[in-house]
Amino acid sequence: MSKVLIAFQENDESRYIVQAIEQDNPDATVHFEPAMIRIENEGALTINKATVEEMMGCDWEVQSIHVNLLTLTGHIDEDDDYFTIHWNN
Amino acid sequence: MSAKKLNLKDKYRLLTRDLDWDFSYEDRKDAFPFEEFEGIKITDWDKWEDPFRLTMDSYWKYQAEKEKKLYAIYDAFSQNNGHLNVSDARYVNAIKIFLTAVSPGELAAHSGFAFTGRQMGGIGARIASQMQSIDELRHIQTQIHAMSHYNKFFDGFDEFSHMHDRVWYISVVKSFFDDARSAGPFEFMVSVGFSFEYVLTNLLFVPFMSGAAYNGDMATVTFGFSAQSDEARHMTLGLEIIKFLLEQHEDNVPIVQKWIDKWLWRGYRILTVVAMMMDYMLPQKVMSWKEAWELYFEQAGGALFKDLERYGIKMPDYTDLIKAEKDHLSHQAWWTFYTNSQATAFHTWIPSDEELDWLSEKYPETFDKYYRPRWELAKEMADKGERYYNEGLPQLCQTCQIPMIYTDVQNDPRDIVYRSTKYQGERFHFCSDQCQHIFEDEPEKYVHAWLPVHQIFQGNCGGPGGLEKVMDYYKLDVGNANMDYVGSPDEERWKNWKGVA
Amino acid sequence: MATQALRADYHGDRKDAEDQFHGAILVYINWDKHLFFYSAKAFPLDPNMPFAAVLEHVIGTHFCQHPEYKNINWDTVEWTLNNEPFTPAMEKSLAENGFDHKCLLRFKTAEASNFEAAGI
Repeated sequence: MSKVLIAFQENDESRYIVQAIEQDNPDATVHFEPAMIRIENEGALTINKATVEEMMGCDWEVQSIHVNLLTLTGHIDEDDDYFTIHWNN
Repeated sequence: MSAKKLNLKDKYRLLTRDLDWDFSYEDRKDAFPFEEFEGIKITDWDKWEDPFRLTMDSYWKYQAEKEKKLYAIYDAFSQNNGHLNVSDARYVNAIKIFLTAVSPGELAAHSGFAFTGRQMGGIGARIASQMQSIDELRHIQTQIHAMSHYNKFFDGFDEFSHMHDRVWYISVVKSFFDDARSAGPFEFMVSVGFSFEYVLTNLLFVPFMSGAAYNGDMATVTFGFSAQSDEARHMTLGLEIIKFLLEQHEDNVPIVQKWIDKWLWRGYRILTVVAMMMDYMLPQKVMSWKEAWELYFEQAGGALFKDLERYGIKMPDYTDLIKAEKDHLSHQAWWTFYTNSQATAFHTWIPSDEELDWLSEKYPETFDKYYRPRWELAKEMADKGERYYNEGLPQLCQTCQIPMIYTDVQNDPRDIVYRSTKYQGERFHFCSDQCQHIFEDEPEKYVHAWLPVHQIFQGNCGGPGGLEKVMDYYKLDVGNANMDYVGSPDEERWKNWKGVA
Repeated sequence: MATQALRADYHGDRKDAEDQFHGAILVYINWDKHLFFYSAKAFPLDPNMPFAAVLEHVIGTHFCQHPEYKNINWDTVEWTLNNEPFTPAMEKSLAENGFDHKCLLRFKTAEASNFEAAGI
């Protein structure tokens, strides 16, 4: 299976998104590089609005991911409550 | 009772798709006159999937937020003389290349997406292209802002706009975008949106921006990361156009394959300069070009092409060649610019002993055999007071317009690759099978390329008279912007600021 | 193959046709396996120029920066012109020697070199 990848700017907001990803995708690997956080997972990765809000302690819009996102691979599916990337192989 | 809030999918549909209309009294083909000439068949635009369901109000909101953050950092950088925190003034030459050679490409992309987007019959594609067009304009604006601070303190930044159409290494990027923008809308989308923005973008941005981060260049890091968040949207547009075209009609598959092959190649050739920047121009190294290629193309690109196999799309057949070139590319490129630095608007230098050792470690199969000896010779010559500047002008590839520096890395890396084709009585030269093939497929596109070296010989670059006239024509600040870093005004100023001898 | 264009008669104007160079022809010259020179060099040359003059005034001035240039025995040099083996007639002109516009002249030397393994 191919790995999907998502990377964020390293800042206060992203850290909570990353924590939410780690909770909901326990096999994902997280790499800290200068000014960025890179996460990889086999096949697919999901960010759930509810988990992020739990981590952050405040409301969070899924689309505000645009402010912190650096890059990603895979096919995207986005809705009010989640954001996923996946490969079909 | 409070009004129900629209969910993301409904809001997107109402504010984008539902603003489109059917043409009742004009022929739709007159509204979209470029949709058919490339041979692409679209049966149903409604099948276009919008991966990021971004409406204009959300777009402005999030872009404004990014801008505020970005300009706050630019201000802080400027107020605190941030340029003094870079690892070494040599590093600034990497930024000179990026900002003079690459940034104008953003403006070309802006123009391309505005035009191409208008030509797309599908509303989802038009909206995504429009946003990308505005993003690209944002990119050149923010890059120029980042550049403007460095321009106050270092040579070589000031004439980027003038040089874009004239200077031998800067016109390489121009030729890429001229080729893309003169293509039809679907080819443009595959060239820039898919090949560059999806497959190759990480090789331009991520190492570059990490390089900036490692070398204390806060302005460029911040610009880069701010732009990257736009790039994620661009990547998805690129991937979506590919999927859409391949799913619409099986006749599209060979056309798309041809474009993927062509544009990955053209984009890869441009990355020659990024390879050299990573390996030779960063005092604090991030990773080698070879490592970056392995991570961002061989691994990530491998996954992508595996996914596209279901449509009948294959990895281009030159991926073995590129794999073999990765051990040579950066070294050949830096040698070229080092020895031609009388005509570059940035400085070059001989790597330090530590840097030579790092290169040996990162390139165990090739560096000590083929490239370290060059630097030993260069050092000998420089120590004698005969710093080597190559006399004369190079042979350029007709397609990629880069000097023909590429060697037969799969057989004997000491042999330059020469390819040529006679077309209607005139001979044309190429650096590779791939550039030759691109030419032979559509020769009329490339027979009128403005090749800097040939234009100089025709007397079109400042008129007859030696290289001094050409430097004037380029507005290249001779004695200040060009030649070796050692002995340059940049070096002198840096030493003064840092209080070192 | 045909260029994909909106108009069937689309064509480019030949910027580098021979008549653009004021009587000169373009000649690319390089010394095989000597990557001290990063690529072949381009020259606009008078086709009536004798080959001997090219050797002395063009090759002689543009390749002499190489530390081993002075060791070359020109009697044993192997030449190719447009990838075909070529024996220059020294006193004849380039045109008489078969040089045409945008031709490629390469030479290979037999002398032992300190840089042979690296191809410098």
